[in-house]
Amino acid sequence: MLRVGDAPRVRRLLIGVALALTGLFLLLPLVAIFAQALMSGIDVYWQNLSDAYTLAAIGLTLLVAVITVPVNLIFGVFLAWLVTRFEFPGRRLLQTLIDIPFAVSPVVAGLVYLLLYGRNGWLGGWLDAHDIQIMFAWPGIVLVTLFVTCPFVARELIPLMQAQGSREEEAAVTLGASGWTIFRRVTLPNIRHALLYGVILTNARAVGEFGAVSVVAGAIRGETNTLPLQVEQLYQDYNTVGAFTSASLLALLALLTLAAKAALEWRAARREIVT
Amino acid sequence: MSIHISQIDKTYGYKGHGHTRALEPIDLDIHDGELIGLLGPSGSGKTTLLRIVAGLEQADGGSIHFGERDVTHVHVRDRRIGFVFQHYALFRHMSVFDNVAFGLTAMPRAQRPSSGEIRTRVMQLLEMVRLQDFAERFPAQLSGGQQQRVSLARALALKPDVLLLDEPFGALDAKVRQELRRWLRHLHEELHFTSLFVTHDQEEALELSDRVVVMSNGRVEQIATPDTLYRQPANRFVFEFLGDVNRLEGDIEEEVLTCGNARVAVPGVENGRQELLLRPHEIRLDEQPNARAHLPVSVTAVVPVGAEVRIELEADWLGEPWLATISHADFERLAITRGKRLFAQPSRLHRFDTPRPQTLAPLSVS
Repeated sequence: MLRVGDAPRVRRLLIGVALALTGLFLLLPLVAIFAQALMSGIDVYWQNLSDAYTLAAIGLTLLVAVITVPVNLIFGVFLAWLVTRFEFPGRRLLQTLIDIPFAVSPVVAGLVYLLLYGRNGWLGGWLDAHDIQIMFAWPGIVLVTLFVTCPFVARELIPLMQAQGSREEEAAVTLGASGWTIFRRVTLPNIRHALLYGVILTNARAVGEFGAVSVVAGAIRGETNTLPLQVEQLYQDYNTVGAFTSASLLALLALLTLAAKAALEWRAARREIVT
Repeated sequence: MSIHISQIDKTYGYKGHGHTRALEPIDLDIHDGELIGLLGPSGSGKTTLLRIVAGLEQADGGSIHFGERDVTHVHVRDRRIGFVFQHYALFRHMSVFDNVAFGLTAMPRAQRPSSGEIRTRVMQLLEMVRLQDFAERFPAQLSGGQQQRVSLARALALKPDVLLLDEPFGALDAKVRQELRRWLRHLHEELHFTSLFVTHDQEEALELSDRVVVMSNGRVEQIATPDTLYRQPANRFVFEFLGDVNRLEGDIEEEVLTCGNARVAVPGVENGRQELLLRPHEIRLDEQPNARAHLPVSVTAVVPVGAEVRIELEADWLGEPWLATISHADFERLAITRGKRLFAQPSRLHRFDTPRPQTLAPLSVS
């Protein structure tokens, strides 16, 4: 029997095509970003980078990530724990609901938040009366980012925790361990790789989210511009080099994320071999 | 520590949706130091009962006492039980040492022994399960039998009043199983804890237990010593579950059962249609029929492995083949080969349709 890959010529052709496509669609744009950003030299690059608005955008983006990641980390662990360790009516429904942020376009998510918290929104009047501004300010950006990124951790954990089952936790409780001890010494070590992976994905998305954020941010330069919004605005201003400078930061973050992910997978694979 | 189970029952699911009656109200008294086997097919409720005794599951009603202590509403972590899981449930990211030490290190700081004391205790336990050289290994680096021994050591670390084992040897191969059984029995005699274990393996239950609790469909069918259980089964279920069974169905007239061209004397049985049961070792084979039994059979398979020879028999008058076990001496005397025609002579027949099971001896002259 001859499989497709068995003929050396076919195999080489397939590998060649795959590599060419990867290069064309994935690698080339990445190289182009850095090429464009550094087009006018490293000095201009630094100058663009130290622009006040860009710095503000970096700051805001980091703020969003710093709030979003821990909140969704805790939320995701709770949700996964609930869904995999307890039997209750509506459990399956809950598991489906977790996926809403994945299923809905981010722009729609942004609009929904606008509808809820905007000046003319359902909660807008009350918020206005108490002088709380959510839309067109950083709290709104954080809220929509939380919404968009909330499934990542739970989605990573649920299949793993389902596969591992609750036997080890049951063993721990028969040995007299308290709930917190069980979580800290049994559950957490077993899920830490998946948890880290979920955090990496959450972080990547929190930093890079455009659609939902652009609806609720209001594009106030130096105030509500996150990095992706800043890229777009600079580009609209025909400041190509500036736009690509900010874009290169995002690309760099993406590369770091990928490196972290690869390192994790490598470590996990090595552990498998050892044990 | 004795265990008193009184009127424990359990239903799973909500009304109308996945509603399963797992346990009918059950009473069970286990004496101090006893080793009790819960035996039954899957779905008989034996694991549910064990988990309720452990506190891993809540009963709908009834009460459980350990000695004088009412533990019905005591949380599992405060029940002072040791639990051994079928698939070991060792903490996969901890070394063997840390696994065994877990119960001690998880104690509140005020009660926790010093790390030196913990070390001594854990090494003692590992020595007891003959794994002292494996303290630094991880569970995945051990064989199934070794993992189950670690799991036992872990369960015994806190000196529990009661040891509960859920199909402890179910996932192991036959040889390791045999060895671990003997070893558990030995350990039980030495340490004198009260234990309750679940199994679906009749041999395991009969070999290991002081008394066996046979369960089916959430009910207790019989509680008895292995010997009584085998010789005086309380009902047909117990009889069929505890070993291979052959069936004989026919019409009875004037104390003779007839079925096609086969007939056998059934002293004391009233007229009518009857189904009688017999064990493989309750069949004798001969080349001639006798006055009391005329049961022509032909040999379809021969397995001469082990202490006895297993022989499969077929006949027109039989619905399903019979299994007979005979001695090697008889096997050679009759020169049995496949296809050989012989006559079966039941030394005993059992009937279970009467209020009390009855055993007939067709070959003895009444």
